[in-house]
Order: sequence, then structure tokens, then C-alpha cells
Amino acid sequence: MNDPVKDQAAVPEGRPILSLRGVSKNFGAVAALTEVDLDVAPGEVVAVVGDNGAGKSTLVKVLAGVHRPDAGTLTFADREVTVTSPADAHALGIATVFQDLALCENLNVVQNLFLGRELRRARLDEVTMEIRSWELLRQLSAKIPTVRVPVASLSGGQRQTVAIARTLLGDPRVIVLDEPTAALGVAQTAEVLNLIERLRERGLGVIMISHNMEDVRAVADRVVVLRLGRNNGVFDAEAPTEEIVAAMIGASDNVVSRRAGRARSVKGEA
Amino acid sequence: MADVRAAETPAPLDLLDERLRRGDGWRAVAGGLWQRVRSGDLGALPIVLGLVVIWTVFQSLNSVFLSSANLVNLLMESASVGIIALGVVCVLLVGQIDLSVGSVSGLSAALTAVTFVTHGWPLLLSMAAALGAGALVGVVYAQMVTRLGVPSFVATLAGLLSFLGIQLWLLGDTGAINLPFESDLVHFAQLAFLPEWLSYVLVVVAAGWLFATGYGLARTRRAAGLSARSTSLLVARSTAVLLGLGFAVWYLNRARGVGWLFVSFVALVLVLHYALTRTGWGRSVFAVGGNAEAARRAGINVRRVYTSVFVLCSTLAALGGMIAAARLAAANQATGAGDVNLNAIAAAVIGGTSLFGGRGSAFSALLGILVIQSISNGLTLLDLDSSFRFIITGLVLALAVTLDSVARRSRVAHGRAA
Ligand SMILES: Nc1ncnc2c1ncn2[C@@H]1O[C@H](COP(=O)(O)OP(=O)(O)OP(=O)(O)O)[C@@H](O)[C@H]1O
Ligand SMILES: [Mg+2]
Repeated sequence: MNDPVKDQAAVPEGRPILSLRGVSKNFGAVAALTEVDLDVAPGEVVAVVGDNGAGKSTLVKVLAGVHRPDAGTLTFADREVTVTSPADAHALGIATVFQDLALCENLNVVQNLFLGRELRRARLDEVTMEIRSWELLRQLSAKIPTVRVPVASLSGGQRQTVAIARTLLGDPRVIVLDEPTAALGVAQTAEVLNLIERLRERGLGVIMISHNMEDVRAVADRVVVLRLGRNNGVFDAEAPTEEIVAAMIGASDNVVSRRAGRARSVKGEA
Repeated sequence: MADVRAAETPAPLDLLDERLRRGDGWRAVAGGLWQRVRSGDLGALPIVLGLVVIWTVFQSLNSVFLSSANLVNLLMESASVGIIALGVVCVLLVGQIDLSVGSVSGLSAALTAVTFVTHGWPLLLSMAAALGAGALVGVVYAQMVTRLGVPSFVATLAGLLSFLGIQLWLLGDTGAINLPFESDLVHFAQLAFLPEWLSYVLVVVAAGWLFATGYGLARTRRAAGLSARSTSLLVARSTAVLLGLGFAVWYLNRARGVGWLFVSFVALVLVLHYALTRTGWGRSVFAVGGNAEAARRAGINVRRVYTSVFVLCSTLAALGGMIAAARLAAANQATGAGDVNLNAIAAAVIGGTSLFGGRGSAFSALLGILVIQSISNGLTLLDLDSSFRFIITGLVLALAVTLDSVARRSRVAHGRAA
């Protein structure tokens, strides 16, 4: 493994490594993102939360070069950049785990991990790739019995682990995770949260999408709320959950708080 | 005994998981193979069985079928459509189809004949022009599919008719152009056979090379702390290849021997096999066939992969057409027409390349065309006309596709790649 920390000196402490300004993306009549701002600094974990359809995955895909934004700027390491393809994002050092994982089921674990950046393309170096795959998977304490089986035969959580492991290849400086723990069991979730903390210690910027407020509180330094494709507040991780939920859903008197209130009053009566 | 060994040497890096049923040696290999077949990962098994059945049936109906002379002929006849089928394998691997390989091969035959015979171009220039035309066809298909989003079966269906038209127009009123017998192309396709000693040398080289690469790989894997095939297994495999190929070559040498044409076809198969399994290009072909969007997000230039594959397919079709004309010493209106198209696609599928993309191998073109050509040759020997040939080839194709679909369902059920 190359150590991704090696030239972090290029970015001064606290300055964002990646920042988005005024990013908009429309799908026909649907404005999925409207003038969204987002910053992540080296060694910082930023959680992006929002209701279903708030535009989180669209934001991820803009960062990954899958979608081209209709407006707005992207600044990476103090340089304004355009990311027009996934290859551009890789070249910059933005690695992404997509919500749908985007693995090739007919390829095996090693082939998926190294997809698009095989070693020695004219005569593949399978042995080195396999060894590095084992190193990566062990780093994640992955429970994968063998790397020579097609990904189709892995469980949902194992696939998610493979997708996460893939981001660690190369020299990523920013890692974007779209609901990385959605399919994971309790232990594996803890493992991924540990990994996120290790990535932060190694000086990477991490953007994490999650619906699970507990996970968000556990690792995030800041929480960015998206609502209907717009920024709707930035909180630090200590902010009360009700406040964040209110920003996600749009009012302090909402279905979540009413439910919580009901549960409290029932408990109080008993 | 096995336990003692396991205690002495640390387990290889890739076999540490306690859920893995460990084992090496022959029983494990046989058991693993059986597991794979049961779960629908059939490999070349059905086709080898099919070949045995077909050969037995035809031999019992007509004892000429398995004679050396007839088998020599069968192999020579299989090269042209086999080369076309190689291209079809590539297109199927990315989950697309090319229905026009027959007409492209006919067009290429006509182009070669017109420029070489009528206009007196040098042979190599004529051939290069025809191959170039084939490549151009592939570029056009790739543009239609990737930029305009036309489904490939429609784009190539349109091509099928258009290129047939151009072929007929090129051939003019007479409808046929004879290629001179003394030209190198015709000589190569009809009369060039390996000297006996060279054919045996090639067999030894093939077996030795198989062992050397296998042994080299096993050594690097062991040195890196990974599991590897045992040397005895490698020796056994190479010996089997040596004896099998040696017997085949000996048998063919009792008649005219092994044609340069067939050897070239096999060489093309080997080159494509290498490209598909050992290069980054091959990896991206499989990736695009398995999940094109995932391949794109992994940074693969999907459009370029599609283009390379369509170009390769129509270029190989052009090459096959040229060879078909050379076999006949003439390019006519029937070159590439009739069942050539379907035979090439059927060969790829029968050989085990999936119609659903992402699964297959270059060898399926070789195995598939042997089946198709055996059927066609056997029926001709029985003096049955082409109506029967069409019916039976159609049935075999239906059987192969059904097997492909059923095996795919079984693979899904057993958690192997669809
Ligand atoms: N490829 C697309 N074409 C058209 N509309 C799209 C596309 N992708 C997303 N959208 C729309 O953009 C909006 C935001 O979708 P997005 O997937 O970003 O939501 P999300 O916040 O990730 O939701 P979830 O929590 O359910 O994953 C939705 O209204 C969706 O319908
Ligand atoms: Mg989403």
C-alpha cells in the first residue's frame, strides 16, 4: 500500500482540499441540486444528510465525474478543476463508493478491486494484484474467504466491503462514501466506522452520506444538511438530533418529532 | 500424511479462511470441477460431450466420416467461419451482437477479387483494402451504437442488407470472379500443409510452453506465499496435451496433414485468448459485458472498448470472407450468404460464449465451429441436401442457447456470476 499521507504538506492545515460552490444539476424538469456548497478539509469527516431524494447521491455522482454539473465550480487543492469523467476524478484522487456499489458481478474480487487500473496492462501482473488485494481486505478485517470467486457469489456486506476496499487503491485524497453501511451487520458497520476514523487520521478528506444519525454522530466532524436539493444548514456533530432532523425535513413540528414526543408522553404516563 | 505437511508449511495467504475447504492434489481438483459443473459453470464440458456424440453418430452412419482425409478436409473448411466466429465472440462478450458478419465477409471477398483480379492490384494491397473496409464497417457500427444509441442488432441488421447489396453490385452481371489458382492466397488456403516433422515440433512446443508458463506462474505464486497448482498436475496436463495433439497430428498426417490455414486459425485463437485473459483490454471487455455503467465509473473508456470490439469483429469477418473465397478460388454472390452468418454466431454460442455478455472465451469459436462443421460435413457425406443441414444446425443452436440460459439460471441460484 502506498501511504496516502505522503504529500499532504501541499495543503495547509484547515484549508479545504475539496470545495464546491454553487453547484446545480437538473434532470429535465427536476432540479436535483440547486446552488449547493460543500467543503471538506484533509483529516475531516463531513456527513451529508437529507431525506430520500434530497440529492445526496446526485452530489456524490457530481464529485465522482459521473454527472456533469450544470453550474458551479469545483476546487481541489486550491485549484479550480473540471471533472468530466470518472477517470478525471480518479486522477485527482477522489475515490467513491456508490450507493449501488457499481461492481462487475462476473469479475472476481481481485479483478473488481483493480478494475480500470490494472498493473502492467500489456501482461497483467496477477500475482502482485492478488497479494495487494489480500493486504487491503485484511486492513478492513474483511470476511471474504477467497478473492478468486466472482463478486456475484458474495453477500451484500462483503460486496460493500469490496467497494470500500477499492477506494483505498491508488493515492486517494478524498473518499466519498454513499451510504457505506447500509447493507452491513453490526460488526462490519463498526469496522467501517473504524476505517473512516483511520482514514481521517491518515489525513484524507472523507464525505459520508448516511441515513443513520447514530453513525453520523459517531464519526462526523460536521453535518451538512441537504433539503430538496439545496443546502439547509451546517451543524457540528454535537448538535441535538432534533435540530438536524428539523433541518432535513423542514419544520420543528414534523412527523419525526411528533413521534418522538408521543413516545415520551407514553413513557411518562406509565 | 496431508496433516503432517500442513503442519510443516504455513498455509498460503489465500487459503487462510477457515470456511475454505482446503485440499490439494487430485481429489480436490476433481471435486472442484464437479462442484463447478453442478452449479452451472459448465465450461467446455457439454461441447466436448456433444462432439463425441456427433462423431459417433456420423461415423456409424458413414465410415468415411472419421477417416484422415475427411478430417483434414473438415478442419480446412472450418477455418473461414471459425475466424468470423472469433469476432462474434468478442462482440458477444461486451453484450452486443453483429448480425452482419456474413455480408461483411462476402463484401470483403468481392472487394479482394475485384481489386486483385479485375484491377490487377498487388495481392497484399487488395487484402489490406478489404480488411480496411471491414474495420471501417466496425467503426460505423460503433458510432451508431455508442453515440446515437442504436441497438446493435438493428444497426447490424441494416448493415447486413446494405453490404449484401454492395457485394452484389461489386460482382456485377456475371456474379462471380474467379481467383487464379496460382495466386498465393488460393495456394495458402487449399494446398499449403505443414511438413510432417514441423507438425510434431509444434505439438512438442505447445506442450512444453504450456508446462513452462504454468510452472513459472506456480513458482511466482508460491514465492509470494499464495497457493499454486502442484507440479505433478502441471506435468499431467502437459502430457495429456502432448499425447492428444500428437495423436491428432499423427492421424491427420496419414492424409494430407495439418494445413497452414488451420494452424493460422488456431494461432489467432491463441492470440485472442491471451488478449482477453491477460491484458487490460481483455479485462475491460469482460467488465463492460458484465456491467457497462460500473466499468464506466471505474474509469474505463466504454466507448473505446465498444469501438475496438466492433472493429475487431468486422475485420475478422473480412478476413474470414477472403479465406472463404480463397478456399473456393472464387468470390461469388453466395460467398458469405446463406448460413454463414448464423453458423458464425451459432459457433460462438455453442462453444460456450454467453449471449448475455461478460462470459465466454476465444476457444469457444474453435470448439463451436468444430461442432457446426462436423454436422455440416457429416450431412453432406450422407448426401442430405442443405434443407436438412439448416434444420439440424438450427436445432443445435436452439439447444446451445437453451443450455446457456438454463446454466445461467443455475449459476444465479448457486451464487456464481450470471
Ligand atoms: N439519472 C437521473 N435521471 C433523472 N432524475 C434523477 C436521476 N438521478 C436522480 N434523479 C432525481 O434527483 C433527485 C435526487 O436524487 P438522489 O438520488 O440524489 O437522492 P438521494 O438524496 O440520494 O436519495 P436517497 O436517500 O433515497 O438515496 C430525485 O428526485 C431523483 O428523482
Ligand atoms: Mg442516494
